[in-house]
Amino acid sequence: MSDGSSVPADLRYTREHEWARSEGEEVVVGITDFAQHELGDVVYVELPSIGARVEANREFGVVESVKSASDLYSPVTGEVVGRNEALAEHPEWVNESPYDRGWMIRVRPADPKEMDALLDANGYRQLVGG
Amino acid sequence: MTEPLLQELSAPGRPTIPISGAPAGAPPLDIPAALLRSELPLPEVGEPEVVRHFTRLSRQNMSIDTTFYPLGSCTMKYNPKVNDAMATLPGMRNIHPLQPLETVQGALELVYELQEALARLTGFDEVSLVGAAGAQGELAGLLMIRAAHEAHGAHGRRRVLIPDSAHGTNPATAAMAGYEVVTLKSDSRGNVDLASLKSLVGEDTAALMITVPSTLGLFDEAMLEVSAIVHEAGAYVYGDGANLNALLGVARPRDLGIDVMHANLHKTFTTPHGGGGPGACGIGATAALAPYLPGPMVARRSDGRFTLDIERPHSIGRLLAFQGHFGMLVRAYTYLRMLGSPGLREVAEAAVLNANYLRQRLISAYQPAYDRWCMHEAVFAGTRSGAARTIDVAKRLLDFGFHPPTIYFPLIVPEALMIEPTETESRATLDAFADALLRIAEEAERDPELLRSAPHDTPVGRLDETTAARNPVLHW
Amino acid sequence: MTYVPLTEAERASMLEALGIRSVDALFDVIPASVRYPEIDLGPALTEMDVTARVEALAAANTPATGVPFFLGAGAYRHFIPSAVGAIMGRSEFSTSYTPYQPEVSQGTLQATFEFQSLICALTGMDVSNASVYDGSTALAEAVLMALRVTGRERVVLSGAVHPHYREVLAAYLKPRSVELTTTDVRLAGAHLAEDDILARVDDRTACCVVSQPTFFGEIRDLAPVVEACKRTGALLIEVYNPTSLGILKSPGAWGADIAVAEGQPLGIPLSFGGPYVGLMSCRRDLVRQMPGRIAGATTDAAGRRGFVLTLQAREQHIRREKATSNICTSETLMALGVTTYLALLGPAGLRDVATASAQWARVAARALSAIPGVDVVTPPPFFHELAVRTPAPAAEVNRRLLDRGIIGGFDVRRSYPGLENVLLLCCTELTREEDVRRLANAMEEIVTEKTAAGAANRGLR
Repeated sequence: MSDGSSVPADLRYTREHEWARSEGEEVVVGITDFAQHELGDVVYVELPSIGARVEANREFGVVESVKSASDLYSPVTGEVVGRNEALAEHPEWVNESPYDRGWMIRVRPADPKEMDALLDANGYRQLVGG
Repeated sequence: MTEPLLQELSAPGRPTIPISGAPAGAPPLDIPAALLRSELPLPEVGEPEVVRHFTRLSRQNMSIDTTFYPLGSCTMKYNPKVNDAMATLPGMRNIHPLQPLETVQGALELVYELQEALARLTGFDEVSLVGAAGAQGELAGLLMIRAAHEAHGAHGRRRVLIPDSAHGTNPATAAMAGYEVVTLKSDSRGNVDLASLKSLVGEDTAALMITVPSTLGLFDEAMLEVSAIVHEAGAYVYGDGANLNALLGVARPRDLGIDVMHANLHKTFTTPHGGGGPGACGIGATAALAPYLPGPMVARRSDGRFTLDIERPHSIGRLLAFQGHFGMLVRAYTYLRMLGSPGLREVAEAAVLNANYLRQRLISAYQPAYDRWCMHEAVFAGTRSGAARTIDVAKRLLDFGFHPPTIYFPLIVPEALMIEPTETESRATLDAFADALLRIAEEAERDPELLRSAPHDTPVGRLDETTAARNPVLHW
Repeated sequence: MTYVPLTEAERASMLEALGIRSVDALFDVIPASVRYPEIDLGPALTEMDVTARVEALAAANTPATGVPFFLGAGAYRHFIPSAVGAIMGRSEFSTSYTPYQPEVSQGTLQATFEFQSLICALTGMDVSNASVYDGSTALAEAVLMALRVTGRERVVLSGAVHPHYREVLAAYLKPRSVELTTTDVRLAGAHLAEDDILARVDDRTACCVVSQPTFFGEIRDLAPVVEACKRTGALLIEVYNPTSLGILKSPGAWGADIAVAEGQPLGIPLSFGGPYVGLMSCRRDLVRQMPGRIAGATTDAAGRRGFVLTLQAREQHIRREKATSNICTSETLMALGVTTYLALLGPAGLRDVATASAQWARVAARALSAIPGVDVVTPPPFFHELAVRTPAPAAEVNRRLLDRGIIGGFDVRRSYPGLENVLLLCCTELTREEDVRRLANAMEEIVTEKTAAGAANRGLR
């Protein structure tokens, strides 16, 4: 587990500490290294079903640690086309590998240009005072 | 020593308590096999082992009877043993809630007197004792407010204002009552921020929920103005009475502008906490809201006899199957009769004096959250040096034989320690506790590992709560 | 008697340490207009005097244990072994708080884990919580849970569920727009009959609630309602009687999704209605939506087994307005009583309590049915309660029974206005031959008086 300082340059970010990565026609979403570090040991992630609709800046799920629960906010509007089922057995992947194995949902965005409205790596780094 | 589970103590065929009540020569029951169970996997342990097992388990607990237990907002004061003796008298313990009223006049009279006593104490017009715990009292209060607004045709009042220092039950209750929660800021002196209140209160406000004194251990310096602002907007003030211990005989919540309030009997009124219940509460209301109180309440007929007052057409109804936690009401009644009028202020004054004395003793090493006298509890924002986290201070306190105060609550105070000694503690105990905390603050700088590895002498050390939540094992 | 240990000298030196003259300075913040009101609570009584007072009040009550007693209707007079009270009375259990510091609360936490385990064993359900307030609020919480889980808005409720539970449910559902449909219970010929509940369960139904046994004591085949729920995706909530599970098929075996009950019959005194203990258990995959405290097993750094409150993110102190419930304090000490009771009785003891209770109910049924004009209207088979129809209103029957030193049953008309002259009677392992005989004799006299009066009224001789 890292110290919460990793901010990959090729991702976009929300003010609520989610990251978004474009992969063709889909956007992959998770929470940042900063977020997992603040949360502590993740014990459970509540995710929407495949086919559910998510909206930019609205809650799509919850990430729980032992002593807290935080809402997850979607970076984009669209349809959920994938969810990381493995997190049910391995919630610790969110801590160990927040940008890779700890991914949470895949979304087919209604408007790909919404990504442009998100923070870039520099913008996010400034937000968290890094 | 790890205590085995009942399942581990079990052996097939172990003699258990025989039941001798079957009718002689009774034929087998006429219940078809399809409706019967085939096995009943309960442990077979036998009385001597059962008693030893639970006795040993009890000795792994800290409790008021063994330990100073200064949990803030929990009011862990001495639970008088006479209370328990009275509640277990056969005439109190062995009466059924639906017995003919003429066979339970003593019980009804006790409940009636307690309703009256709490009404006088709080200044409310009527008090219902149908509340299983504080949270249920909160729900009753908000359902009453909801019913009152509806009766007045005020259907747009969808929001409840709650200070950011509030106990988690407050917003959870508001949600259960169908309301949207709006959070009010507290200012730098620990009061409700009046500007925040004025900007948020309006025609869509159903109520303000406020704890008096607050969970910061402070009496709001503009309490009367807060109530006035809420009333002017056409909303009600709900009072969370968890901290009533500071106000006994000093002020009546009704006089502070509160319209409906719950009083936790398992805090101020000495009924035992039981490791997490049973609790009990009284719900007090002004004349305007009293018709909505949950029932059944006890009334006195013109002939002087007591009855369960079922005919309350505007009542929000039943919140429990029967008429409340009578066993706890007996205890609270006994305690209140022993306090009488003279005892009220003595309790509040000693509770507040003890809390301020502790605050003063700790102020050199711990950061007080607010720069004013506290009421019955003192809140600190961790150590002044910042050399240790509050969690580690708390665990190290266990090594000194004290139960830690409430920690990490209220949420608006970082590294919070909330210390409520209550009035039933001696000065020697307070000094020993303060000495221990001062020593721990010093250890934090000299040898912080001692805190991080604590506790050292308890039956178990710090437990892996992460695995418990990731892979829950919830039964044997 | 305030139990304040401070001496005058200590108070003085503490005030000095604070730099104030009097404790009044600490209350200056309270506006003068409301400070120090006159409150009349009477004199401060000594322990001697308050004991005399409360003993006098107790003496004005008739305990259930001393008389022939046939009341049930949600609270039951059973034998409580003395060891239950001895354990519950240990102040290490009774004067401790909710286990926020698990290292020094293993007594409470392990007992809670054992309680949960026993409830699972009894009900055949996957997981149990650490208790809620009582059976009625357990039902309310279960319905709220079903609404959350399914996202649907319709609740199908059997009218044969305890009437007070249905009132509590209505109060808890008031703030929501829920479509609540309740079946009717009528007298149809020789027996009570209920509307067809299956017809009401559809794919908009969040849950169907049934009681086993019913409020009137009837035990039914639940397979059809289980099937209807499975087919429509509605959750089945079974309200059960825990003593009956000594012999009856469990909610888990039936296929219930959530099982709720009042735990009072398992070692908790009648105590005029409380404190009692609500039992709540559910399917494993629903556990994150179940309210209440839950204890889980884990280990410390040295590998020692220990117990903690777990899955706390469901609860109000973390989730606040999004919590599964506002519940905080529940009924931990009463749950300990239930645990001790079940541990002492074991499977044989619970089986014997259930069997004896059911057998005495049949003895009473036979004795009463032999009286012309008195009929058992609960359809067979019943557990330990039975509804009987009498020639006179139940209230009158009860009054006359009381005149003869007998505490009768529950006047069903209080909660079911259409069910005239129906009395709900209960027997347990504490019922005696002599009690049944006195009841039957009294009933025969009452019926004879009634018949004679009726004949006289009609001008017949």
